[in-house]
Amino acid sequence: MLAKINYYLKSFLFLELLKGMNVTGKYFFSRKVTVQYPEEKTPISPRFRGLHALRRYANGEERCIACKLCEAVCPALAITIESEQREDGTRRTTRYDIDLFKCIYCGFCEEACPVDSIVETNIFEYHFENRGENIMTKEKLLEIGDKYESQLAADRAADAPYR
Amino acid sequence: MDFLIGIWEWLHEYVQYTVYNGVKVVIILVPLFVVVAYYTYAERKVIGYMQLRKGPNRVGPKGLLQPFADMFKLMFKEIIIPTNSNRYLFIIAPVITFAPAMAAWAVIPFNDTLVFANINAGLLYILAMTSVGVYGVIIAGWASNSKYALLGAMRSAAQIVAYEIAMGFALVGVLMVGGSLNLGEIVAKQSGGIGHWFFIPLLPLFFVYLISGVAETNRAPFDVAEGESEIVAGFHVEYSGMTFAVFFLAEYANMILIAMLCALLFFGGWLSPVPELAGDSIGWLFGKTAVFMLLFLWFRATFPRYRYDQIMRLGWKVLLPVTIFWLVVVGVMVYFKVSPWFG
Repeated sequence: MLAKINYYLKSFLFLELLKGMNVTGKYFFSRKVTVQYPEEKTPISPRFRGLHALRRYANGEERCIACKLCEAVCPALAITIESEQREDGTRRTTRYDIDLFKCIYCGFCEEACPVDSIVETNIFEYHFENRGENIMTKEKLLEIGDKYESQLAADRAADAPYR
Repeated sequence: MDFLIGIWEWLHEYVQYTVYNGVKVVIILVPLFVVVAYYTYAERKVIGYMQLRKGPNRVGPKGLLQPFADMFKLMFKEIIIPTNSNRYLFIIAPVITFAPAMAAWAVIPFNDTLVFANINAGLLYILAMTSVGVYGVIIAGWASNSKYALLGAMRSAAQIVAYEIAMGFALVGVLMVGGSLNLGEIVAKQSGGIGHWFFIPLLPLFFVYLISGVAETNRAPFDVAEGESEIVAGFHVEYSGMTFAVFFLAEYANMILIAMLCALLFFGGWLSPVPELAGDSIGWLFGKTAVFMLLFLWFRATFPRYRYDQIMRLGWKVLLPVTIFWLVVVGVMVYFKVSPWFG
């Protein structure tokens, strides 16, 4: 009986509705968490997996030895590698394509690579304007690697203690 | 100048009358459109703030030009008419919703002299106009020939029937206290400070009116007619471009109308709460209206959508009995001449 009276009192005095409005009313004045994206950005983890890159050694030699482990491990079959022997007797890739439409950015290629050649950078803002631009060729990948080498090395160094 | 006056006097009496009233219509409707435009902006800002977001802030300073950006976008969008729809009704439906929403403003008094049509059956006229608006929704749902639109229209129809009655009864209370259907006279009856306003003897009726007002305008938490999570967008799924904009405009104009009616009927309109300190002015009316307009947005930011059968239950089994009970109470108060309202 008392519970019933209590229930009617509660609903006719709008107690619960007012409580709800009190909550939203309070949040109206609290600090906003919006990140104004192009001007402000959220911090990115050194483990972030974005656009791919091929790295070089400090002497300018490309790291990739065409072992094709990345090609084998790639769950999306996004990597295509062709290779041949160079004059100095080392095996190098002649073709290293990543189809970014197939790629799922899992990072397995980077995990599989024995020489830390293929890596994923923290670049996530990129776009294509024409068909075919989604295929990252060896040249493009090396170019990205050269351009962001310092960042790549720093990210890997930061993450090294946890590997 | 004399030349212009000459032309004016040369015009036929009927032409003069038409031009004169046309100007008055423009004077009322243009500010209304501007308020509607910035009401949508305010809605996005207020709800954004309550959700810890900033809301639109890119177009113009603080996003203040956002409504115009939206308006131009909608104007240049294609109006798609579904192949199997009823073309004629499909086009006429937004107009049927829009026209009454505008027409209702004719009898709204802004102060004791500023009123477009000071008719004696003002309140009745407003009830009639707001009821006609729902036909647009029903016709839109039917003419679209889409299951979601039809479902939305059916929900809207049932909801309006349920809440119109509660709303009408709530207004009967106002009539009993005010003793007139003329909105200006109802407000005039409330003069004498905040103690004389009708919301005190009619408090339950005021809440019923506010709730059914929210339901009438198909606003959250009563927006089942367009419940986007269940039936996409309800009655206006098939509408695009300006046809959609017209529905949108009508909805917001109706919200402002309900807010202003709350201020006029229950909170003394343009009357000052403490006449000894501050005089009556149109500012009071706008201030009170703004408070109720804010309430609409606040409700939307706070309450989850009612389930359909809950809406029906609330309308028929709660609001209606409450209003009828309170009408009896008001009758008793009238009999005993409870002052200051019934003196």
